[in-house]
Amino acid sequence: MASVVLEPALAGRIRYRALALRRILVLAGLTVALVLSVCVDLALGPARYTLAQVISALTDPAAVSDQLRVVIWDIRLPIALIAVTVGASLSTAGAQMQTILANPLASPFTLGISAAASFGAALALVAGVALFPGAVQYAVPVNAFLMAVAASLFIYFASTLRGVSVQTIVLLGIALVFTFNAALSLLEYLASEQALAAVVFWTMGSLTKATWDKVAITALILVLTLPLFMKDAWALTALRLGDEKAESMGVNVRALRLKTLLLISLLAAIPVSFVGTIGFVGLVGPHIARMCVGEDQRFFLPCSVICGALLLSVTSVVSKVLIPGAILPIGVITALVGVPFFFALIFSNRRRAW
Amino acid sequence: MVALALDGIGAAYGRHIVLADVGIDVLKAGSLTAVIGPNAAGKSTLFKRIAGLIKGPGLVELSDSARGERAICYMPQDTGANAVLTVYESVLLAAKQGSSWKVHDGELVEIDETLKALRIEDLAFRGLGELSGGQRQLVSLAQALVRRPEVLLMDEPTSALDLHRQIEVLGFVASLAERTGMIVLIALHDLNHALRYCANAIVIANGQMAVSGASAEVINEAMLRDIYKVNARIERCSKGRPLVIVDSPCLEAPAAQPAQPAQKVPAPV
Repeated sequence: MASVVLEPALAGRIRYRALALRRILVLAGLTVALVLSVCVDLALGPARYTLAQVISALTDPAAVSDQLRVVIWDIRLPIALIAVTVGASLSTAGAQMQTILANPLASPFTLGISAAASFGAALALVAGVALFPGAVQYAVPVNAFLMAVAASLFIYFASTLRGVSVQTIVLLGIALVFTFNAALSLLEYLASEQALAAVVFWTMGSLTKATWDKVAITALILVLTLPLFMKDAWALTALRLGDEKAESMGVNVRALRLKTLLLISLLAAIPVSFVGTIGFVGLVGPHIARMCVGEDQRFFLPCSVICGALLLSVTSVVSKVLIPGAILPIGVITALVGVPFFFALIFSNRRRAW
Repeated sequence: MVALALDGIGAAYGRHIVLADVGIDVLKAGSLTAVIGPNAAGKSTLFKRIAGLIKGPGLVELSDSARGERAICYMPQDTGANAVLTVYESVLLAAKQGSSWKVHDGELVEIDETLKALRIEDLAFRGLGELSGGQRQLVSLAQALVRRPEVLLMDEPTSALDLHRQIEVLGFVASLAERTGMIVLIALHDLNHALRYCANAIVIANGQMAVSGASAEVINEAMLRDIYKVNARIERCSKGRPLVIVDSPCLEAPAAQPAQPAQKVPAPV
């Protein structure tokens, strides 16, 4: 059998193109899986539909029964889509936090943004405090959002101080987690039984309060921030080689880090204020993406987006299947679904994942 | 041909002055200049200052370069990154900084050629985390060279390399400089390498330039005693090359004093 010996110089180029193609195929495969997962999510519920019914309701709403249309479009679609947008946002935020802080444990959860949001929500639920008096009926999400932004801005301004290192930022984040958790526990201790139940339910995360407005807002934030990250793809990738190396390649490390942190704040704060604490996606979504396509941001960023969306969408499906008729808290199921999958990836992946 | 001159450059971290008044009349194209001196003398700071990565007094004058500051490339000491990237990708991203997402064939050819020149093409699709210290240094060099610098500032590029690779890399850089007219400043701890590969040397001590000039003149017994605090001899080997032979540390170290004011030596050529 004749074998072709490629010149090494030629082989490198060809192998790189093959690698890039393989990554594009992985992204395409994950996207198909996401679409399928959303369709299954739409089909499942108290009334079960076939995939064919779901697809016809989506593609030609006028041709299906009123009941099917209302269930799919008004009830299930916002929930299924908010799983996608929230999963994508949290995973992207986690990915970029891990990138700019050079820390595999960084996520909206670890830096105290989720804890701050929980505290804000609990303020409204337990003490009836509305941080923004103009929107009393939306006090819970508005409080959560304001606290999450406050926590993000605190981290942001702390990191603009001279001499503050990446490690300091991570430590500050951990300090925030403990502070807000302690404050939350105090509120819970003082709360009435009813308010306590509401707080616990909120902190477990839930997609069921999804509306088209919330879907639109979370999608809009993604649409606004992703192109900005994409523009910096090479620079963000260079950051993973270390600050000094990135600087030597002409990256303004400080400015890039601050800009990215500001965008992350938005990406993390809004979803958390809508659906409560969902910790696992922001941490693990990026790790799964990293294992699938490496850390070239041109692939890593879209892969983090899709992995996060897929993770939360599959979770939504599983939470309906586990106990039919009952919808289990999404934050709990995310970890239960994600951990075995994540373990399997870690142990099957021979390359160092971090 | 590009030429580089330094006029009284300095740098400070906060109020702490780490580099002061370093001046070189002109560094001509195609030459290697060793930057030598004890640990923490300010060699890396000098490089960062020249590359524009830190600000400070004085002037870095680069003449006859079309690309301005972008022509200067600093190759930092290796810090062992753990990014999930292949060697090939890490060199590609060095080449692509500041440009578009699209990767052209020409750019890939350049990466292939750079890896081949450094004889690390077989590492191309290994992960950065799997490399040894020496391999990482070679990848760092590839990342610097792929950017086609006109001035290359190498911070201890051979510290983790075996003997064979040390002379191979230094010989390669020297011939590349000669061929392309690149100016290379190279921080070295091995003074025998400095004598062999670098026409000129700059001695940095306590954040100041102690002396500069032709390597064979600058590296002498008095300098080794004053700056490095060792008793050493310079002797010629059987092939006539000067060799530094270190006998012992100086027992009575001269009183700690700031380095002599920069001694202006005729322009190293």
